[in-house]
Amino acid sequence: MAPSKPRSKSRNPLLIPGIGKFSRSKMYHKRGIWAIKAKHGGTFPRHDPKPAAPEPASKKPPKFYPADDVKTPVPNRRKPKPAKLRASITPGTVLILLAGRFMGKRVVFLKQLPSGLLLITGPFTVNGVPLRRVNQAYVIATSTKVDISGVNVDKFDDKYFAKDKKKAYKKSESSFFETEKQEKKLPQQKKDDQKAVDTPLIKAIEAVEYLRGYLGTKFTLRSGTKPHELQF
Amino acid sequence: MVKERKHDRVRLFVRGRVLGYKRSKSNQYENTSLVQIEGVSTKEEVDWYLGKRLAYIYKCKTKKNDSNVRCIWGKVTRPHGNSGVVRAKFKTNLPPKSMGQKVRVFMYPSNI
Repeated sequence: MAPSKPRSKSRNPLLIPGIGKFSRSKMYHKRGIWAIKAKHGGTFPRHDPKPAAPEPASKKPPKFYPADDVKTPVPNRRKPKPAKLRASITPGTVLILLAGRFMGKRVVFLKQLPSGLLLITGPFTVNGVPLRRVNQAYVIATSTKVDISGVNVDKFDDKYFAKDKKKAYKKSESSFFETEKQEKKLPQQKKDDQKAVDTPLIKAIEAVEYLRGYLGTKFTLRSGTKPHELQF
Repeated sequence: MVKERKHDRVRLFVRGRVLGYKRSKSNQYENTSLVQIEGVSTKEEVDWYLGKRLAYIYKCKTKKNDSNVRCIWGKVTRPHGNSGVVRAKFKTNLPPKSMGQKVRVFMYPSNI
């Protein structure tokens, strides 16, 4: 859509929604159409309509007419925005995972991916959490921050984490009887990526006293601790 | 979920008790249950827990999905009164035998 000038306030104040103060003829005068017409020799300026695309030469009548008029659904033009990142979550923040396989682990936040999910890493050698995506709602942000300036996370996006599509099963007798064991090995590329992200991170972690142990420990609630009173 | 060693368990939920259904003297409304969350004793403290997910976990004789343990999920909806009791709505209404039973109040969806 071409950028349009911001519309100025309507010159016809509303008395009641749907009823303006001025009549059509009064508004014609207020908008100055008469002045524009005078400027352009008596007619309102308009450009010629664009030449219509020529109709395709052979247009056969359709073979099938549906019995009832079916309403076509209105196309959905909505593009969802990524979830707004909480102010407490900045690159390098230590997060506590609240659910899932690694619940309770303290991990380092790297960046927010275009889908809205958060990219995190353990680092892997510290607490066993690999490069992973996590939803903001399942995370508590602590006030501890790790220096993340040495880490390059530009190459990671949601496509990196997409699951591999299963190969189409060839329907043959042999495959029915054979139990195909799909070997799920982690590709070397992912292992290298993990190392590339973790090495500068671990350097930054070692620089801070107790931080490595802190990241290795899990968070847990104890008897008597009230999360609504805890300061994270 | 594999739990390797005993000391690896973490508790990431707050314990709560089901007090009963929302009710007046002689009418009860089973679609809303009342839950007492441990450590919460005033209406102001409940604010933190609003919207948090709840799970009523119980055991059964028959196995479903390879497990005898079953769960009804719910949410904390609003405070109930001034003393920290909370109203909760579950996906399906809690069964009456849940009165007095434990409930897990998770810390997600988190807003910290």
